[in-house]
Amino acid sequence: MWDYTDKVKEHFMNPRNVGDMPDADAVGEAGSLACGDQMKLMLKIDAKGMITDAKFQTFGCGSAVASASALTEMIIGKPLDEAATITNRDIADFLGGLPAEKMHCSVMGHEALEAAIQNYRGVSAEEAAEGKKQIVCECFGVTADEIERVARDNALRKIEDVTNYTKAGGGCRQCHDRIQEILDRLAPSDEPAAPTSAPVKLTNIQKMKLIEQTFEKEIRPMLKADGGDIELIDVEGDRVVVSLRGMCSSCASSSFTLKKYIEPKLREFVSPDLYIEEVKP
Amino acid sequence: MSMREVYADNNATTMTAPEVFESMQPFFCDLYGNPSSMHQFGGQVKKHIDRAREQVAALLGAHSAEIIFTSCGTESDNAAIRGVLAATPERKHIITSRVEHPAVKSVFQYLGHNGYRVSELSVDRQGKIDLDELREVLSDATALVSLMWANNETGVIFPVEQACEMAHAVGAAFHCDAVQAAGKIPIDLERIPIDLLSISGHKLHAPKGIGGLYVRKGTHFTAYLMGGHQEGGRRAGTENVASIVGLGRACELAREGIEAENTAVRQLRDRLEGGLLERAIDASVNGDTVNRLPNTTNISFKYIEGESILILLSEAGIAASSGSACTSGSLEPSHVLRAMGVPFTRVHGSVRFSLSRYTTEQDVDYIIETMLRVERRLREISPFGRDELPPGDR
Repeated sequence: MWDYTDKVKEHFMNPRNVGDMPDADAVGEAGSLACGDQMKLMLKIDAKGMITDAKFQTFGCGSAVASASALTEMIIGKPLDEAATITNRDIADFLGGLPAEKMHCSVMGHEALEAAIQNYRGVSAEEAAEGKKQIVCECFGVTADEIERVARDNALRKIEDVTNYTKAGGGCRQCHDRIQEILDRLAPSDEPAAPTSAPVKLTNIQKMKLIEQTFEKEIRPMLKADGGDIELIDVEGDRVVVSLRGMCSSCASSSFTLKKYIEPKLREFVSPDLYIEEVKP
Repeated sequence: MSMREVYADNNATTMTAPEVFESMQPFFCDLYGNPSSMHQFGGQVKKHIDRAREQVAALLGAHSAEIIFTSCGTESDNAAIRGVLAATPERKHIITSRVEHPAVKSVFQYLGHNGYRVSELSVDRQGKIDLDELREVLSDATALVSLMWANNETGVIFPVEQACEMAHAVGAAFHCDAVQAAGKIPIDLERIPIDLLSISGHKLHAPKGIGGLYVRKGTHFTAYLMGGHQEGGRRAGTENVASIVGLGRACELAREGIEAENTAVRQLRDRLEGGLLERAIDASVNGDTVNRLPNTTNISFKYIEGESILILLSEAGIAASSGSACTSGSLEPSHVLRAMGVPFTRVHGSVRFSLSRYTTEQDVDYIIETMLRVERRLREISPFGRDELPPGDR
């Protein structure tokens, strides 16, 4: 079982403000049943823009329930404008911290709050459509703004962290380029472009050879066990473009395999700055 | 009043039986000799190991010379698979299923990296393998088929007898991970010609840190741990005497109790399952309910999440386990339930209750009442399925 703080446990065992609010002034939802957690936040807002009451409903684990409960406590009695400045980090801090793998629970709380505020401010149909265009991760419906804010608030540097916090990029992986662009924009100085960071600079040909060897020895046999395979398409600097074949190409957890297994292997055996991207065959 | 405690996670581990604990005690401060020694200190200890070997063999319908003591079920699986492959290096194809325990699954993955072609048999919605699929993938290049006797998460029993026969028809060896089956259902290796079979002490009321591996006489098998001549040279290392004696006693108790396991424990499991299915808002069983271990039930509660369920059960003193992503230690839910095609909406809310001969009717009734309360409570928090709640709870 996860190592939760006493405050997380307490909020899970005795969640505040659970329930329905049929006459809510604002409703926001985040997450999805298929992903294992979903939250609905309902707000009562008076004429002065003060949040006078909040209720939530959550499907999810202990920290998902605790994050929602904490959020309601944090926003009741606050002006909407002030509530809007609350970040996921604030929710996690309020609970005395969350395990790293559970940070997305605090992000879900924040997303529900944001959705509720948008709902209250009456985002029009055109604006909603505009917002939809901004979606970066189609699998989990995560927008560019969301990724940018979470990455900034939590000082995230890697796509993997973004996935931990927002689930963005955890599905088909098509959006990894765009997530990387957002991360690059936020922290351009972190780009491993400076040659000083790499003690031995490999040529592209050397890199490709090493990558192929690593695929052959470490990765391909494992994929083949599941009826899949991997093919190296291109290497540009630290960007390794691959294509998954066979069972892997249609597997929902292939991006998980790429990021959690294949990328660390490449970093271990080839170069610590490599990152992997998938193109569909 | 102290809180009621109900342990319903016996597929994870079991309580060491008091009789077993008692049988082990002399082997720490009194009978501490090395069984390999020539003197009386060692010689008298060796007799107890021989006896334990006979007790284990009796549970399995084996000869005592076919039993090797190991440190755990995982070691037994590793030693069996590697030992048999090392002895048949010309064959490079191996077969297993998608729902094996990591102790087998990981070894097969490793072998897949290292020159072996691996076939993984799929399972249907009931968790059953298709013997026709096995027939199709078997060939004279197949070195080994490794299938579990019963699944740890669902309790579903595989047709190991037929699978073994099919493996033998092409000259392949057959290994069976019987860690969950041993002590719960009858195993008769005199009747079923399985070549290698793994058991684990702590799943049948012996302590942790002791396992057994059956290697049929005449099976090509290369030792995996090398060193002294213990275990007939098939597993070097000074014997874990006290635990070996404990495993022997546990196997003896299991043999005596196998009837009760399939009557009394089965009745309790059915009472638990029936009570939950009948009274829960939305519950369904995962896996074949016909060919199943008598002590196990895996139930999915719709619209509520496994980790939340376990925390609330634990608060009420009940120990169970779940296949939800949040309890797996990774971000991925149970590979067994996913291989069965159980929808995500139900995988996340799956709970496994596994009983033992120490479970009572009061325990089961307490689990039912508590679980129903937990379901209701989490459904009240959940945004889903609110129209299915009884009137007044909405």
